Amino acid sequence: MIPCYIDMFYPEVGIATLELLEKLGADVDYPFDQTCCGQPMANSGAQAEARATEELFVNNFAAYDHIVAPSGSCVHHIRNNFTAAVDSPERRHVSARVHDLPEFLHDVLKVKDFPWAEFPHEVALHVSCSAIRGLGEQAMSERPNDPFFSKPRSLLEKVKGLTLADFSRPDECCGFGGTFAVTDEAVSASMGNDKLERLGATGARYVISGDMSCLMHLQGCAHRNREDFHFLHLAQVLNGSAR
Amino acid sequence: MKPVNQVRNALAFLEDQPHHEQAFDTLIWGLRERRDAAAREVPEWEDLRTLASRIKEHTLSHLADYLEQFEERATANGARVHWARDAHEHNQIVYDILSAHRAHTLVKSKSMLTEECQMRPFLETRGIQVTETDLGERIQQLDHQPPAHIVGPAFQKTAQDVAEEFHRVYGSDPGRADPVYLAHVMRERTRPLILAADAGMTGANFAVAQTGAVVTVTNEGNADLSGNVPGLRICSVGIEKIIPGLAELAMFIRLLTRSATGERITQYTSHFAGPRAGGEMHIVLVDNGRTQRLADERFWPSLKCIRCAACLNTCPVYRRSGGLAYGATYMGPIGLITMPAADVRRFRELPFSSTLNGSCSNVCPVQINIHEQIYAWREVMDADGLFSVTKKAAMKAAGAVLSHPRAWRAAAEAGDAALKVLPHFAMYNRVNAWGRHRDVPSTPKETFHQWYARNRGDARPPAQTPAQGEDPGHDRP
Repeated sequence: MIPCYIDMFYPEVGIATLELLEKLGADVDYPFDQTCCGQPMANSGAQAEARATEELFVNNFAAYDHIVAPSGSCVHHIRNNFTAAVDSPERRHVSARVHDLPEFLHDVLKVKDFPWAEFPHEVALHVSCSAIRGLGEQAMSERPNDPFFSKPRSLLEKVKGLTLADFSRPDECCGFGGTFAVTDEAVSASMGNDKLERLGATGARYVISGDMSCLMHLQGCAHRNREDFHFLHLAQVLNGSAR
Repeated sequence: MKPVNQVRNALAFLEDQPHHEQAFDTLIWGLRERRDAAAREVPEWEDLRTLASRIKEHTLSHLADYLEQFEERATANGARVHWARDAHEHNQIVYDILSAHRAHTLVKSKSMLTEECQMRPFLETRGIQVTETDLGERIQQLDHQPPAHIVGPAFQKTAQDVAEEFHRVYGSDPGRADPVYLAHVMRERTRPLILAADAGMTGANFAVAQTGAVVTVTNEGNADLSGNVPGLRICSVGIEKIIPGLAELAMFIRLLTRSATGERITQYTSHFAGPRAGGEMHIVLVDNGRTQRLADERFWPSLKCIRCAACLNTCPVYRRSGGLAYGATYMGPIGLITMPAADVRRFRELPFSSTLNGSCSNVCPVQINIHEQIYAWREVMDADGLFSVTKKAAMKAAGAVLSHPRAWRAAAEAGDAALKVLPHFAMYNRVNAWGRHRDVPSTPKETFHQWYARNRGDARPPAQTPAQGEDPGHDRP
């Protein structure tokens, strides 16, 4: 599943995702009539307006064993908040079988290495709130007694040459928040700029995330401030398409 | 009353001069960090949260029994228990007690409930002089402002702000912004008022059914002075503050102070069990919408709240909006889900002042599913017809495009898709809101869809696959 904003703004992320899954031996299909998961409407409270989009999603994806998307935010919506569509075995199937790309690589394919990937740079990894608190891909800072783990981090650690930079408040929200980015633009931008400051303090110039929507927001802030960051999706690094 | 516009208020806070946002964020995030450190010291922390949540659920689902037990014990201790259905009844009861004793001056410790009931203006218009004795609350009172934070009412002010305020009000040295000096200034001014007061008042952190005691958890000792110096003591207690017994209290104390400030315990944990010798003690048990919320399947868990403010401290939106932006007694995440229950029209925009990042739910010591309730309140606003006309129209338009593959492809593949489609999702409140502080992403030469069609062979146009139960005719341009 290619999220609407990746289809539209970041085709290279969709391509990297597809190629990576193909390299790993998956039989990948791209249902041609897909649009969006319905989250923009549902997150705004507009359940009735989200319904047809969610049902279209169910129609498009109900026949597959696994549904993989390079977006923690969409997957969180489909897995945990897919309530606008009429309840049906098909709806429950797509909710149960949808995976964020790092989850699919880590938990289902159990990938041991990415021999084609090399990234000789220091990178800051931004894991989205949806991926952390919605999907449980990484231990949460709010639960300091839990042992630390991070699925996206453990994947990046398998990439030759790549080093990870730690920064303060690693799992504070970047301020995107879907429609929040527009409805509360001032607070949203303030959060984005704070996040950039913490990322930048590490000296790393590469910001990598499994959520391109967070990066779209951070990229917008950085570009406006004329800051020199490179924003990449995890799939681009793991696929070796960014070096 | 006009709906509270948190967005506009937050913008004012972000753009204020002198600038407070950074100091506020640093101070409040520091509380979150101290909370983390304190939780780390308790290996069973997550189990405690689960247990505390269950105890609150148990108590709330047996509320009537525990309230009656509390009343019986408190009465046996020599206190008088009053029942208030709403804010007005509460204020009237307090006023009646005061006037029966010809009391004209009241000193009180911090109480969110009396804020909620707007008791101070009620009493002041009836000739009662009300003095806040909590340092932060007094700072806010003297500045004619409501609390900006549940635990630290004046956290939004810097020491310099307070030095200037005290200079204005008390004539103290405006150049001395050290907290010890300022606390002394306040103490000298407030102590005489406490000693001379006709009546004293406290809120309650807990009301213990087993003992009939009202328990306050404080650092300044002002609750003890307010509650003990005047012979007449009044305690206002929200009915959800009841807990079964002392064993449960011990557990909640461990959670409350660590969650609030990272302290293992506060200076004072005081049990007001009965009147002092020769005095009177009145306890006002207040409903004010709580029973109604308890009956609500979705929102009743918000009644578990113990007012630690951990959800405020962790909330990145709260820390950058300032506490006054919410225009509400309870601000931050807990306010987003409790204020609309009190007045849905006035607080209809609050549930949207969140990124739904979920941090609040995970610091909550009683495991309230705050971010899920925020999400649910958004649905309520739509279901109750409280969306603006433009917002409703934008949602309908987005829903129509995104549920029809052909319409979506046309939109996504139009020139300048970034400018056309990105704002389309939500740009219903201000033109180019995305672009005020951010640039829009550049539009690539082709979409993923076009690339796929070109490279993976299947170039057929999108079929008209209508969503279930929908008229397929809608898809046609």
